[in-house]
Amino acid sequence: MNHAADLPLWAAIPVALLLLLGSGLALTGSIGLLRLKSFYERLHAPTIGTSYGIFCVLLASVIFFTVMQSRLVMHEVLIGIFVVVTTPVTLMLLGRAALHRDRLEGKDPTHPVEQREAAE
Amino acid sequence: MRRLFPHPLMSIALFAMWMLLNETVAPGPALVGLVLAVAAGWVMTSLRPTRSRIRRPGVILRLALHVIVDIARSNLAVAQVILRPRKDRRQGFLRVQLALRDENALAALACILTATPGTAWVEYDTETGWLLLHVLDLIDEDSWISIIKQRYEQPLMEIFQ
Amino acid sequence: MTVALLTWSLLAAQLMLGAAMLCATYRVLKGPRAQDRVLGLDTLYVNGMLMLLTFGIRSGTTLYFEAALVIALLGFVSTAALAKFLMRGEVIE
Repeated sequence: MNHAADLPLWAAIPVALLLLLGSGLALTGSIGLLRLKSFYERLHAPTIGTSYGIFCVLLASVIFFTVMQSRLVMHEVLIGIFVVVTTPVTLMLLGRAALHRDRLEGKDPTHPVEQREAAE
Repeated sequence: MRRLFPHPLMSIALFAMWMLLNETVAPGPALVGLVLAVAAGWVMTSLRPTRSRIRRPGVILRLALHVIVDIARSNLAVAQVILRPRKDRRQGFLRVQLALRDENALAALACILTATPGTAWVEYDTETGWLLLHVLDLIDEDSWISIIKQRYEQPLMEIFQ
Repeated sequence: MTVALLTWSLLAAQLMLGAAMLCATYRVLKGPRAQDRVLGLDTLYVNGMLMLLTFGIRSGTTLYFEAALVIALLGFVSTAALAKFLMRGEVIE
């Protein structure tokens, strides 16, 4: 960690805060994966980590490397764009797959009666 | 121009990605990137994606701003649902009738809704235009429908039609 | 001062991400259904990617960035293929 000794304090504080916030959001999303009851509810949990969770950690990394190497480091932007574009696609596919499998088994979760039961 | 660059936006995006990965502005990598971007444009033509016209850059910016703010808000809302569960929270599916028909606009709407924690796009019927959504915290169905229609569908229709 | 601040915040961030990875792993192992496992795997690789980025800051090398990019790419492709498999029972139609 000695390489960070020449990082000025004004940069270290936002880096530390963004790291804590980002990983906290990712942890919240993963706890949601444990605590929420049905699959369709759990489908929402990881999006916390993949929206602002990832954004905060990437921003911390951009600030850190830009200040350390005293030039603009924009590599992380690529990961950010990539994750933002791909996460909705995978979650949509998963949601449709789950619905398809439920319907194959004759349990349509969109049916109003079962929806009431699931909520209770 | 159209023949050389059949998909100008995609070519520009590919070129920008290439330069970001290489992290230089030297002419050598730039040339390779340029060749790749143009060639990828030609390859895309043989895939025949549906084309749509994109207009109103001002509306795009406003929509992007709305989406960023909404994602931040629903991040907090979903974090609250997870960390402090309420007994009376109601989850469920929601059906919305969309007037939007353009395929690329629908893709954009799907990405916006799924990237927002709290709403997930589950199924869309291309013939009738009914969309099936799953909502984590379904307080009031009509207010959700009006949010989707006014906040997202309306600007997307202005942009793509 | 800055070293201590960064060291401790990095440690805390890595502990939180490790706990997040454990939660996702639990969902992969426990299920109960196949789609839950795939969702757990998806979350696991996103958390793993964040973990690699924090390691990158800790070591000060951009090497970890490349690994994170590869994980992002492969994770997307594998989750999409698994979802497709769950839907139809085959990956390529």
